[in-house]
Amino acid sequence: MDSLNFDLAEIPLRTVNTFLHKEAPGQSVKKVVITNPDGAHNIAVGLDFPVDIEVVGHAGYYAGGMNKTASITVTGSAGTGVAENMMSGRVHVKGFASNGAGASAHGGLLVIDGDAGLRCGISLKGGDIVVGGSVGSFSAFMAQAGRMVICGDAGDALGDSLYEAVLYVKGNIKSLGADAQIEPMSAADLATVKELLAAAGMDHDPKDFKRVASARSLYHWNADANQEY
Amino acid sequence: MSEKPISREESFGYDRKTIDYIRNAAAHGLYEIRGMGAKRKLPNFDDLVFLGASLSRYALEGYREKCSTKTILGTRYAKKPIELDIPITIAGMSFGSLSANVKEALGRAATEVGTSTTTGDGGMTPEERQSSKTLVYQCLPSRYGFNPDDVRRADAIEVVIGQGAKPGGGGMLLGQKVSARVAGMRTLPEGIDQRSACRHPDWTGPDDLAIKIQELREMTDWEKPIYVKVGATRTFNDVKLAVHAGADVVVVDGMQGGTAATQTCFIEHIGIPTLAAVRQAVDALEDLDMKGKVQLIVSGGIRTGPDVAKALAMGADAVAIGQGVLIALGCNHDSYFQNGEHRPASADYSALGTAPGFCHHCHTGKCPVGITTQDAMLEQRLTPEFGAKHLKNYLKTLNMELTTIARACGKQNVHHLEREDLVALTLEAAAMAKVPLAGTSWIPGVGNI
Repeated sequence: MDSLNFDLAEIPLRTVNTFLHKEAPGQSVKKVVITNPDGAHNIAVGLDFPVDIEVVGHAGYYAGGMNKTASITVTGSAGTGVAENMMSGRVHVKGFASNGAGASAHGGLLVIDGDAGLRCGISLKGGDIVVGGSVGSFSAFMAQAGRMVICGDAGDALGDSLYEAVLYVKGNIKSLGADAQIEPMSAADLATVKELLAAAGMDHDPKDFKRVASARSLYHWNADANQEY
Repeated sequence: MSEKPISREESFGYDRKTIDYIRNAAAHGLYEIRGMGAKRKLPNFDDLVFLGASLSRYALEGYREKCSTKTILGTRYAKKPIELDIPITIAGMSFGSLSANVKEALGRAATEVGTSTTTGDGGMTPEERQSSKTLVYQCLPSRYGFNPDDVRRADAIEVVIGQGAKPGGGGMLLGQKVSARVAGMRTLPEGIDQRSACRHPDWTGPDDLAIKIQELREMTDWEKPIYVKVGATRTFNDVKLAVHAGADVVVVDGMQGGTAATQTCFIEHIGIPTLAAVRQAVDALEDLDMKGKVQLIVSGGIRTGPDVAKALAMGADAVAIGQGVLIALGCNHDSYFQNGEHRPASADYSALGTAPGFCHHCHTGKCPVGITTQDAMLEQRLTPEFGAKHLKNYLKTLNMELTTIARACGKQNVHHLEREDLVALTLEAAAMAKVPLAGTSWIPGVGNI
């Protein structure tokens, strides 16, 4: 069985997700097309096998949440928490993404062609995120590991309380969060941006990006930073 | 001529404790962080007593008549509810705050007595999964170590909104305890003072929580119970919102609940006592006609069998214990057991500036009895076998006390204990628990004054 279609106007999402968890991995399913998502929440969450999923339309919250190895494309826009806690694989949103896109992702690649809302990449733990447009305020809050490439602008408090994640921003940064700082781009940074843009299918000059990383001044309790705890 | 006597008149507002606090604040410019729970005197379950059977109720004969303790949690939506032999569970405590040996001991003891244990911030260790027949996996704001494989390996999932020791506050783990293994599990640099977020990264309110819970259900094909844990504050409203969001089980953690590390000002000044919280929680369930459909677990200062019995009589389906469990393992003992002998620990308590019976220095990672530590030498002071044996004894004792009390109240099932079996010894307890003051039919704040 190579390809399957599920019409969410006809079939309950629970049936689709259960099929993807329990039956599809053993049936060599290569591609699944989900039509009429109509903003349904939790489409294709918790997948754990290599399959291409195409969601034709707009998805609600947590599309592709906790993904492992699957490649999921949302042709429209995605709601809050798209690809949250992704471990590996790829999630591609061709439209816009709402708040908390890629939150806590441990691995894999999240590509957002349009803009992303508040807290994009919050608590990031090793995943990569490429945003074709701009990101909202508090993006990469407490991001621990992984990389974010932002081709547009960033809102307020970018990278607040960053740990070891690294952010690359082409456009304007409205403000940096506590302990985040702009650093020079090294050759390795330019190569990283080039690699991630290529993986996302986007065309920008890596030299136009700024690197944002942690100043590491909050790694230990600091009585002089009383508003930062 | 006699000497003038030295004045020893202590100020009520500026007593020695307060003066010490101000001096420390002036010296360091940073708030105090410590472990364990509230130390102040609070209304608690000791302020309630049972009305045992006499002429108006028949007692059960303890030698012949059984008293069931079987407890089922997660009956609302989950295809596979949790079945426990006793209504006493182990509260969520992290690997990181506790050693791997301790996590294994908790799992072994819980499995032997037929109850569940719970992960904590930082994820699930192989030791605790292997040793725990029934393991509840916490989904916390930090999401440290949270991954879908462990979601699938878990028997239930607990979405943690807050904790009794610090409602509204995030977790912390000071650098001394962020060992290479802990740092690796949490994706953090080794040795940093780790902070945890106080809000979840991918949802912001009760309507979002409902969708988050659905995600966890979809992810697990609606098999596993979903718990929601709240620190006790506006408990009546919080429990209602958790139920509306779709929780199978609500866990309410009162302000006596412990922590491995947090600000003292949180521990002592935020939240409400467990005694008040349990009644608010039960009122919320009854108001929604969800009592018995959504189960209630109560935690925060549950120490004894009578505490368990009173929580159940108030309307809880089960309790969760943290600090009592640690004390059963040897927390605050003056010695530890290693290589077949008891060895004194008092000098190590002194080095921390404390003494056995008074220690709350979990945050330092230098636990003299090897419980709240990641130090390779210290953690050898508690083996899983020794810890599990004592914890099993403790849990068995609590359960025996629970059934003894239930029989004395004429109950064949501990879940048949009811509020009518209780009266209060103080006005505060009567008002909080809404049970009559002993010897009267008066419940302060209820009915006509």
